[in-house]
Amino acid sequence: MDLIDDAGAGNTPEFSVSELSGAVKRIIEGEFGHVRVRAEVGRVSRPRSGHVYLDLKDDRSVISGVMWKGVAARQETPVEEGMEVIATGRLTTFPGQSKYQIVIEDIRPAGMGALMAMLEKRRAALQAEGLFDPARKRKLPYLPEVIGVVTSPSGAVIRDILHRLRDRFPRKVLIWPVAVQGAACAPEVARAIEGFNRLTPGGALPRPDLLIVARGGGSVEDLWGFNEEIVVRAAAASAIPLISAVGHETDTTLIDHAADRRAPTPSAAAEMAVPVRLELAAWVGDVQARMARAMGHRADARRQRLRDLSRALPRADELLQNPRQRLDVLADRLPAALSRGVDRRRLRLSECGTLRPGLLTRAIASERARLNDRAHRLSPCLSRLIANRRQAFAQQAARLRPQVLARDVAQHRAKLDDLSRCLDEAQAARLAEARRKLDALDRLRETLGYRETLRRGYAVVRGDGGVVTNKEAAENATALEIEFHDGRLKIGGSAPKRGPAKAPKPEQGSLF
Amino acid sequence: MTDQTQTPVEEMSFEAAMAELEQVVSKLERGDVALDESIALYERGAALRKRCDAKLSEAEEKVAAITLDAEGNPTGTKPAEGL
Repeated sequence: MDLIDDAGAGNTPEFSVSELSGAVKRIIEGEFGHVRVRAEVGRVSRPRSGHVYLDLKDDRSVISGVMWKGVAARQETPVEEGMEVIATGRLTTFPGQSKYQIVIEDIRPAGMGALMAMLEKRRAALQAEGLFDPARKRKLPYLPEVIGVVTSPSGAVIRDILHRLRDRFPRKVLIWPVAVQGAACAPEVARAIEGFNRLTPGGALPRPDLLIVARGGGSVEDLWGFNEEIVVRAAAASAIPLISAVGHETDTTLIDHAADRRAPTPSAAAEMAVPVRLELAAWVGDVQARMARAMGHRADARRQRLRDLSRALPRADELLQNPRQRLDVLADRLPAALSRGVDRRRLRLSECGTLRPGLLTRAIASERARLNDRAHRLSPCLSRLIANRRQAFAQQAARLRPQVLARDVAQHRAKLDDLSRCLDEAQAARLAEARRKLDALDRLRETLGYRETLRRGYAVVRGDGGVVTNKEAAENATALEIEFHDGRLKIGGSAPKRGPAKAPKPEQGSLF
Repeated sequence: MTDQTQTPVEEMSFEAAMAELEQVVSKLERGDVALDESIALYERGAALRKRCDAKLSEAEEKVAAITLDAEGNPTGTKPAEGL
């Protein structure tokens, strides 16, 4: 085996990995030092370094690509995912990662058709989002105070705008300088639109009330920045009304769809922005004249009417004749009427002249008499009242009899006696019963006692105070006493030892 | 009488002042308002005309370019020369 392996390796030169990958690098870089490739742009990434990394692909393969910062900035049309492109560059390898890539030196859309197709696709997408809705368009202010212009600060465009403004209605203009082509264009324009919107009205930098985004004519690539999504979105989001004036009349960029108005040229934008001052001044003058004329007409007409009316007015003397005559008549009648009135009242006063002291005293006397009369009647009234009350009381008292009470007491006493008797009887019955039980128990006790046994012929022997139950005790005893059922018999004193009377066995032991 | 709830004439935009002035004049020309009212209308019209005149005389050109810092934020203005 060894032999065969050795033999198999024998003809093939042996590389180190570095040698091999170095050889590959040389070959690839030698073979593909300058290539053009047609591809669709895949994923694109733009890190802060400024380099652009992207994939070039077709339906089956993919090659990684890189565009160094300087090359990327030079490109007229920024590459985007999905774009059909022709890239020129060289292949190189990454020995450290076993990879290869194309270093792009130039990249451009693969013909107008591809670019336009992509633009159309983007337009459709933004339209579907509603960014171009006519309902979003705002009316331009009739006479803006401050106009913000987003454009290149040098060049014909700003000059055209300012010139046309000056002709029509000089205004305050703030220019926000931006790059109008190249990679920086879109971010700068978007930033300018947003920046103008962020200003505060009347501040050090006054917020414009109208924006113009302008650029002169150019190729599709030159104008490309104004097709960028960030620019379109910034224009659509602008709270300040915005006029777009990008390129010539025939060029249409996406910002034109998002703007509130689209001007075919920068000068036309200025015309849309402001009215013509002289025309307005003429109008104001005209209005002034019309007002004066109208007022004059009215005054004349009224003056004439006043004259007519005053002519028709009757003379004051004529108007006053009648009232004056009435006044005279009435003035004549006044003094007589007055004295007659006084007379009539005097008469009425004399008729009721009956108010004298006699009348009063009579009235008082009569009232006093009435009072006395009432006073006399007061005392008997009172006694009669008391007598009545007393009588009523006596009647009530008579109805209050002790017998009734006594009967109640007697009844209750009888009841109490009954109960006492019952109690006594119950107690006596209980006592009798208890006694009966006691007697019965005593009888039982008697029958069970030793005395009954004595009747059957037994005797109890006692000696020296205690019951003697054996022979030895009987012999030792000084005296014996025998109890029979009918009495006790004493036997001698301290006797010599002899047979004692038959001593019964102790009853407890044998009998019970 | 004229509508007194409107914004004061001194604060009106040119466009608003112009629109109302037009109305005032045509009312006066129709001649179908009472004399008192026509006098008030005339006074209002005179004030509106004065406002329009003032706005028209504020026709001063002032052009400035915004200066930006390194991040592209506005820092101020400088006069735009030669435009």
